[in-house]
Amino acid sequence: MHTTFQALLRMHSRRALCSGFGVALALTAGFLGCSKKGDAPAPMAGDSAAAPAAPAPGKPFTVGFIYVGSKSDYGYNQAHAEGAKTLAGMGVKLREEENVPETLAVQKTMESMINLDGATVLFPTSFGYFDPHILKMAEKYPTVTFLHCGGLYDEKKHPKNVGSYFGYIDEAEYVAGIVAGLTTKTNKLGFVAAKAIPQVLRNINSYTLGARSVNPKVTMNVIFTGDWALPVKEAEASNSLIDQGADVLTAHVDSPKVVIETAEHRGIFSTGYHASQAALAPKGYLTGAEWNWEVVYKAYIEKIQKGEPWEHLVRGGFKEGFVKMAPYGAAVSDAAKAKAEEAKKKFLDGTMVIYAGPLKDNTGKEVIAAGAQHPQRDIALESMAYLVDGVKGSVH
Amino acid sequence: MSDVLGAWGVPLAVCAGAIRVSTPFIFVSLGECITERSGRVNLGLEGTLVMGAMVGYGTSYLSGSPWLGVLGAGLVGVLLGAVHGFLCGRPRVNDVAVGIGLMLFGSGLAFFLGKPLIQPTAPRLPAIPFGFWSHTSQVEDALRVNVLFILGVLLAPAVSFALRRTRWGLIVRTVGESAEAARAMGYDVNRVRTLATMAGGFLAGVGGSFLSLFYPGSWNEGLSSGQGLMAVALVIFARWSPVRCLYASLLFGGASALGPALQAVGVSKGYYLFNAAPYALTLLIMILSSSATRVSADQPAELTVAR
Repeated sequence: MHTTFQALLRMHSRRALCSGFGVALALTAGFLGCSKKGDAPAPMAGDSAAAPAAPAPGKPFTVGFIYVGSKSDYGYNQAHAEGAKTLAGMGVKLREEENVPETLAVQKTMESMINLDGATVLFPTSFGYFDPHILKMAEKYPTVTFLHCGGLYDEKKHPKNVGSYFGYIDEAEYVAGIVAGLTTKTNKLGFVAAKAIPQVLRNINSYTLGARSVNPKVTMNVIFTGDWALPVKEAEASNSLIDQGADVLTAHVDSPKVVIETAEHRGIFSTGYHASQAALAPKGYLTGAEWNWEVVYKAYIEKIQKGEPWEHLVRGGFKEGFVKMAPYGAAVSDAAKAKAEEAKKKFLDGTMVIYAGPLKDNTGKEVIAAGAQHPQRDIALESMAYLVDGVKGSVH
Repeated sequence: MSDVLGAWGVPLAVCAGAIRVSTPFIFVSLGECITERSGRVNLGLEGTLVMGAMVGYGTSYLSGSPWLGVLGAGLVGVLLGAVHGFLCGRPRVNDVAVGIGLMLFGSGLAFFLGKPLIQPTAPRLPAIPFGFWSHTSQVEDALRVNVLFILGVLLAPAVSFALRRTRWGLIVRTVGESAEAARAMGYDVNRVRTLATMAGGFLAGVGGSFLSLFYPGSWNEGLSSGQGLMAVALVIFARWSPVRCLYASLLFGGASALGPALQAVGVSKGYYLFNAAPYALTLLIMILSSSATRVSADQPAELTVAR
């Protein structure tokens, strides 16, 4: 019920923008999309042949960014928006729209960015935008480039003008886990997670494996809230974990703000996710796993500007510069820093394998046999459906 | 911090949840109770709640005083209530439709005006440490009670008394039960209803400020996620009695703490089911307390839904 309701609200706020709901709303990119009809080639929708042509090398073009939430959410969307901001100096025109739900609304946003702003490169950043929304628009506008965050591209099935990128942020989670494992005094860590999907499970597992690599006594307690943005439930989950003795909290929800603030409030440690939340917890913030989309976005735009072909599927971790760590907080010991840096170095030179056998899940079943290895790019990791030994929690 | 509660964490979390989560429900449902007793439904309280949260946070941030924030939130609620009252006072205007309009308007406006407030940290409301006697840090924290919660608990019997035993209450009830009778007695039905909606708006706004200024204690766009709507539904569940509104809110708050608390102690199978506990519980009590043979006697006769 909540989700539908939020979608309704978001849809409303988007519609409001396009109907010229208030002069003040002009700040938002979406409004610009509605009002600046004049400066774009603006062929009206319908005929794909009429779509704006691909950018000629060297000529300035318009890039559109679409976010599912607020650009300043201390989380997922902020990380993307920070990356988008770095394109400003590259001679491209930037258009952004926030709070676009993963519904037909995003198709309308894409169409208005293409037809009214003349955007030729789109970055619809939310995972759920891909199928069917981006795929449909990509077929309708074959000369527009659609670059999606999520790594879902399939060469056999998907149109040529679509690309998908993703980062191995669980590498950064592993390093954050090391810091947490060497900071905890109760040997209990807490994880507030939204949904038990492979990407979330991989983060929980990597964090736990990192922590247990330096402190085998550590256990990780997971609470699934059920959705990406439920601030009250996230606060309840954080309090419950702290009541059970956890003294380092982390989260995988759209905005870890509430979790980090609750941890700080109760006087325990926390590590962040998506973007830096250090400002919210000056005492307890240890470090955080952060995206570095700047690298990805600049690389794509540079290639498009030069007229070079770009890769359809881009992935990377520390080595490629896709992810980074937040600066260490005051509470992190020198020993913990040294261990964390050591692991990070191994990721950078490509010798680190997080998922190596023998590995048991938390029901005692062996998930990776002794001697077997799943390196970072192993596709098997992308359908992860277990929690490793040491995690208290269930995927069902 | 070192002592571990184990399974005792669950009842503790439920009690703490009842205190922490219920406050916005108490305020919004009491507000809606007053409005509905005058014969009008204000579905816009979700928007008022969100606006209250945003204005409360903004006022606290700019002035440095969270209490000024609470007042500001209440006043913006009065304003939205006045808009509802004014629009519904026009001929042939449906209050449910106006309410839905105001719900979307309030939320949208709050999202827009609240953009610059997501990043900064505003001073929060203080808590009273009722747990000072306990050496268990968990109990201590669970009993850090906010004044607004205490106010809400006291307000419920106060509103109940006011509705039953005062002249003002009698007028509100008369207008709610029979507009004809009220008119015959010389009361301006519209004016009474507008004032009742404004009073309800004030309470809903204050409830919103609790969300942003105490628990969870920051402003963001997903803050309410439908709590205002649930609170309006709670009024029907509580059959238009302020004291029952209080009980219903406490029950709802406690039940919503159940899902996370059970997972924290290791009962992690079927968490989606536990997360649905508040709704399932509400439905169950609704079914048990309903009757096929008689119409709910407590329902104000002038409500749009009743007519």
